[in-house]
This record gives sequence, structure tokens and C-alpha cells, in this order.
Amino acid sequence: MESLIVRTAAWLGVVLLAMVGIALAADRGFAVHMGIVAAAALVVLWLTVSRTDYAALARGIIRSPADPERYDDDPIRWGVIATVFWGVIGFLVGVIIAFQLVFPALNLSNEFTTFGRMRPLHTSAVIFAFGGNALIATSFYVVQRTCRARLAFPGLARFVFWGYQLFIVLAASGYLLGVTESREYAEPEWYVDLWLTVVWVAYLVVFVGTLARRREPHIYVANWFYLSFIITIAMLHIVNNLAIPVSLTGSHSYSAFAGVQDALTQWWYGHNAVAFFLTVPFLAMMYYFVPKQAERPIYSYRLSILHFWSLIFLYIWAGPHHLHYTALPDWAQTLGMVFSVMLWMPSWGGMINGLMTLNGAWDKIRTDPIIRMMVAALAFYGMATFEGPMLSIKAVNSLSHYTEWTIGHVHAGALGWNGMITFAAIYYLTPRLWHRQRLYSLRMVNWHFWLATIGIVLYASAMWVAGITQGLMWREYGADNYLVYSFVEVVAAMKPYYLIRGVGGLFYLTGGIVMVVNVWMTIAGRLREESPMGQPAFDPAADRPLPAAAPQSAE
Amino acid sequence: MTKRIDEPTGTETVGHEWDGIEELDTPMPRWWLWTFYASIAFAIGYVILYPALPGITGATKGTLGWSSRGQLAEEMQAEANRRAPMLEALSRIPIERLPEDSRLMRAAVEGGRSAFKVSCVQCHGSGASGRKGYPNLNDDDWLWGGDLKAIEYTLTNGVRQPGHEGTRMSQMPAFGRDGILDARAIADVVSYVRTVSGQDKASASARRGAAVFAANCAVCHGADAKGKREFGAPNLTDPIWLYGGDRATLTATVTNARYGVMPAWGNRLDPVTIKMLAAYVHSLGGGEDFIAVAADPEVKVDERP
Repeated sequence: MESLIVRTAAWLGVVLLAMVGIALAADRGFAVHMGIVAAAALVVLWLTVSRTDYAALARGIIRSPADPERYDDDPIRWGVIATVFWGVIGFLVGVIIAFQLVFPALNLSNEFTTFGRMRPLHTSAVIFAFGGNALIATSFYVVQRTCRARLAFPGLARFVFWGYQLFIVLAASGYLLGVTESREYAEPEWYVDLWLTVVWVAYLVVFVGTLARRREPHIYVANWFYLSFIITIAMLHIVNNLAIPVSLTGSHSYSAFAGVQDALTQWWYGHNAVAFFLTVPFLAMMYYFVPKQAERPIYSYRLSILHFWSLIFLYIWAGPHHLHYTALPDWAQTLGMVFSVMLWMPSWGGMINGLMTLNGAWDKIRTDPIIRMMVAALAFYGMATFEGPMLSIKAVNSLSHYTEWTIGHVHAGALGWNGMITFAAIYYLTPRLWHRQRLYSLRMVNWHFWLATIGIVLYASAMWVAGITQGLMWREYGADNYLVYSFVEVVAAMKPYYLIRGVGGLFYLTGGIVMVVNVWMTIAGRLREESPMGQPAFDPAADRPLPAAAPQSAE
Repeated sequence: MTKRIDEPTGTETVGHEWDGIEELDTPMPRWWLWTFYASIAFAIGYVILYPALPGITGATKGTLGWSSRGQLAEEMQAEANRRAPMLEALSRIPIERLPEDSRLMRAAVEGGRSAFKVSCVQCHGSGASGRKGYPNLNDDDWLWGGDLKAIEYTLTNGVRQPGHEGTRMSQMPAFGRDGILDARAIADVVSYVRTVSGQDKASASARRGAAVFAANCAVCHGADAKGKREFGAPNLTDPIWLYGGDRATLTATVTNARYGVMPAWGNRLDPVTIKMLAAYVHSLGGGEDFIAVAADPEVKVDERP
């Protein structure tokens, strides 16, 4: 009873503090954000006072089965749903902004839905909301199973999940309201950054706590990757977001760095967001779900050690390749380039270990659409991590930089690698987490695979052609050594490619919606009546002999 | 630790197991290892050749002595040297004599084409065909004059630039807004303008408008409505309209007047670039010849052509 009073008072305090924040707000964005915080705290306050049973709530809303078993799977179930939800939102916003570039009228003539505000919404929704939730959920799943230990600090684990959702809502609403630090992939303002820091440290505590409780003598390779992700993202996030708020009740701040130092800090962060958010922890997913789904041992333990340490050591230095031919000193550009070139093989080590794990089970590519997704993911990973070092070479970069080629490169990686491996993990997890016999439909997984693949191919090829066209047009000189094209002529030349890209995105989004249906139905406990994949039924009646010696000249 | 031989691959496992996952003790692929070594060797070589390692007061310069600023300066210098004689010749020659030197004229047009893409396409469009409020430069309808000298003058001094002496300046009264004409008179004069431009047949309104036009408009647009260049007053009898010749637009123009502007590029671009721009715009199709070419370049032509 006493603790109930204390908790109630604490949450009431948060509500009141947020209200004070609204009253004193220096700008609209801060006021809206404090309103969101107050609303969130009010919900928790109500749940506390009404003494709602959290587990019963989960059973009711997400049909969570009771968890008497060894592992604490409740935050993971919420995480799977959040991943699917934010994923579709992120894809949808991506499709909208893709078409905004083709049809500018879709900006809708108001500040909230312009490309400039929708783009960070898209990038953050897919990277941090879709990807981030997938990483938190799978890391909690994998660390428990490979350590044979329940999650340490279950309350803190739930705080990590819900706190992260609050971060997403604050970030996303901030973009539309124009609250931004203008740092790519790190747009949220100072108070949202502080909140994420608290959530992230809690995440680290839960993860390391669980590792410490393990009943296995060794730490599995997937957990090395997850741990390096959590630690490095914490470091990157804190350093890149060092800033001084203009007002303690306002949504503006100034970066602690200036000029080229600021640019380098930003791209040290930005590149390592790709490295330690979109590569390293997704490799952790690969290291658990590929061997589980294929039921095969990991290809090479030695390779996993060497490629892990070389990847971690080399990746962190590669950021300056985003600033080739800028005010950044030449020596830093050189180092950014050579470290990127050296990254090629360490990156491919993960691909080799993933693909070759299928040794002895290659036939599953034909029969198991989930394996097929994983293989496609690894193939796109390999492609993107070859393209990356290539684009970092200064001679190539002088053509590719600032063009659509970069966008194509990022999306080959994001849609192909991050998207596909996450979908595969979701399809693996959902029936297991909800104790279903199997997925609602394996054939729908197959549809998802092809829709997504066609979408990626349209997207990436359109952007390659667009980027190289753009780069060549920008640098084309006439006979008298004058540039041939004006900027706007190059923009106009992009229109057909932007349209193809939008259509590709539409395919990818459609695949995402197929996934929503499949996951929803699986959670609801339904099984689709369908013939199994990969085993075409033999029907002797249909297997008729050739007609006897039909005259050929009849044609 | 239970090592075993994995049957499909014939490789030994390491002996660990996590949640059913084992690991094989496969050696690292040779090609992988050697490519990794090769990329490291490339990196070391590149670091020796190019600026790379930072110290306390500076970084290593690299054995090639290359720097991005140095490369840029070199390339710019080479191009400047190549272009210098042409620019020198262009700066010397008075623009009215430019057509006599076809080689120089062609060089000026090419340079102007490039400069146009940087400074002019924003308003006049990449094909110089203009848009509402921004004149089409491909036709032979000129507000302020279309020979080389006049175009150069307009470019240098701009249109309606406050505080800039010599700018192309004129201001049509806002006949409606300032209460000079009532709505009926405006409707009549619009009817008249639409009649002289051949869009409407003569009407009673247009006949009344003729009187309004003679009293209020003819002083700038001319009694024949063919415009006067000294005022930048457009010809109203042709089918070319800067803002539009339909009734609604004409009514808006007469009611509120227009005030199109262009920067005085003399404040922003060097005289040779302006000369090039004039040559390019003149070459687009509507350029006019000089009425009389000055025989001697020392002879000053009219200050405001």
C-alpha cells in the first residue's frame, strides 16, 4: 500500500512537472512535447491507481500467452508488434516523400507535410522505430536463450520498451512541428536526446545484467555484436548531441562544435549509425536466426572472431569519407577512405558466415521462404558492403557524392539487408512467442519476399541510373570548357527515375502490409488452409501420357 | 565441450553449443584473408603517398606532394591561362563591334550560355522562354531595346533597381487602386486594348475605351498602342503578353499596375561576363541589329541606348 502511494505521488509529480513545462514553454514545439509527456504520465498514473495487472493487460491486448516458462518474453512480444507497426508507418512515409519528389503538389502546401519535415520522419521511423524496436526485441530474445537466463531487471526491461516508444513519439511529432537539431539521423532536440540516453543506459544495464546471469561458459557471438552496438551507440549519441539549450523550456539548442569540427562529428556519428545500428546488431540477428532457421552450425568460429574485431576496429574511423573534397583537411579524408577500403573483407566475413552456414541445407532456399529472405538479406548486405568501400574511394566519390547513387546505396542496404533480415526474424519469432503451431501462412511470406525483392530492384536500379546520370550531367563540359547543364535541367532529368523509385517503394510497402496481415492472423491463432511450400503435390490423374503420334503437319 | 564431426560438411565443430547452435571450426577462406591483407597493403601505400597522419602541428604531406587545394588551384590556373587571351580580347572590344569578329562572338555566346544557366534560368527559364512576369528572350519583342548595346545596358543596370542610377525605370500608375479611373472606365479601356490586339471585335465599350486610352495611356504606350521603348512601355497590339492578355489579367494590370524587376548585374558580375550574357541573349533569335554602327570605337554611342 505504501509503495502504491509513493508511486502514485511520483507519477502525479511527473504530470504536474510536464504541466509546468507547458505553461512556461518558450515555443509551440516544447509545449506540445510536454503535453505528450503529461499524457503518457497520466496513463501510467491511471494504471497505477487502478492497480491494473500489467500481465493481464498484455494478455487482453496482444493475446500474450501466460509466461510460466524460463524466459521473460513479454517485452519481446510488444517489441515484435511495435516493429511491424512502425515499419509500415516508416515505409508509408517513405512512399509519400518519394512521390512528393515526382509530384510536388503532394507537399500539400502546408509546413507540416513538406518534404523537409517528412524526410526525417521517414528516416527515423525506419531506422530507429522499425530497426530499433527489432533490435531491442531480438536482443532480449537472443540474450536469454543463448545465456539460458531470464532477463535481468524485468521492470527495467519494460521501461526500456515503453521509454523507447515515448522517444519515438517525441522525435516523430517534433519533426512535423519543425523541432530539429538539423543533424542527420540525430534530429531530435536536446531534451529528447537526454531521455534517450536514460533509456539507453537502462537497456545496457538489462543486457549486461542478463549476460552476467548466464548459465553458459561462453558468450555467444551474437551477443558480442549486440553488446558492441549498445555501447557504441551510447558513445556516438552522447558525443554527437553535445549541445547547449537556448532555454531550459524551449526546443532549440546550439551544437557544442562549430564549422568543420561539427561536420566531422556529425558524420562520425552518421556513418557509425550505419555501422553500429544498421550493420553490427543486424549481424547479431543473423548469427542467431540463420542457424536456427537452417538448423545448421555456424560456418566458421574463427571467421566470426576475426571479422567481428576487424569490423569493430575499422568501422569507427570511416566517417570522414562523407566529407571528401570539403573543408575537412586532406589527411582526415585519406584516413576515412583507406579505413573504408579495409572494411570490405571484414564486412564480407559476416556475409560468408551467414551464407555458408547453409552448407548442407541449400535446398531450403527452395522450400523455405524465410530462409530465402535471409539469403536475400545477406546477398544485399554483401552488395552494399562492396559498394560502400567503392564509393569511399575519392575518384568514385567525386562522381557519386551528392547524387541519387548514395540514396540507392543506402536503400539497397536498408531495404535489402535490414528489412529482409528483420522480416525473417519476425516470421521466426511470431509463432514461437505466441505458442502457435506455425505462421498463419507461409505462402504469404513468399509473396512478401517477392514483393519486397521487386521493390528493391526497382528502387536500387532506378537510383543507380539516376545517380550516375546526375553525376555525369553535373560535370559535363562543352567544347569551350563551360558546364553544359544548368542545375534545374539535371533535376528535370531525374523525374522518370523518381517515379520508378516511388513504384518500387509501393511494392515494398505492399509486402509490409502482407506481413501485417500474416502476423496479425498468427497472433489471433488462425492457420490458413494452404498447400505446403516446396512440395508440389503429385497427382497421377494430371500426369497424362503424350498423345499418340499426333501429325506434325496439322499446324 | 563435445567436439563432433558435422556430417554434411565433414568439418569438426568447436564444441560449444548455445540454444542448439553449434559452430564449425572451418579455417578462414584463403581468398578472404588474402584480399583483406591486400586491402591493408593498399591502405599503407596510400597513406605513404598522400597526406594522412596527423601530428601536433600538422599532418604528413605524402610523398606525391598532392593536396586537394593544390590540385584545384592547378586546374583553375590552367583553365584561366587557356581562357585569358579570349577574355582579354573581349574586355577590349566595344560590344557594338563584337559581331565583326565571328570567333570572338562565338566564344562570347558560349560563355554567356554558361553564365545564363547560373544567374538567369531561375526567372527566365532554362530555355530563356520566360514565364508570367519574366520576359521570353527568344522572341523579337523587346521592352527596352534588343540590340547588343541595349541588352548589355539593361543587364548592367537592371530594371527598377531603387537607388541605382541609370536603371531602367518606369512606373505605370495603378489606375484602379489609386482611383484614377473607375471600374467602368477600366472595363472600357480593357475592351479597347483587347480590340487593338485583335482579340475582340469592336464594341461600344471599346469605343468608349479608346477615349480613355487616348487620355491616360497613349502618352507612354503611344497613340497607336505600339509601345515606346524609352518608357519600357510594351506594344499592346501584338499577341505577346508579359502578364497575360485575357480580360481578367488585363483588368488586374490596369487596376494595380505591375512592377517587374531585374537585378543590376553590374553590381554582381564582371563586365566581360555581362558582355557574354548580352551576346548570348542577342543570339537567341530576336536580337536586333544596330541602326547605325559607330565607325570609330572611340566615338561614344548614346549613353542610354
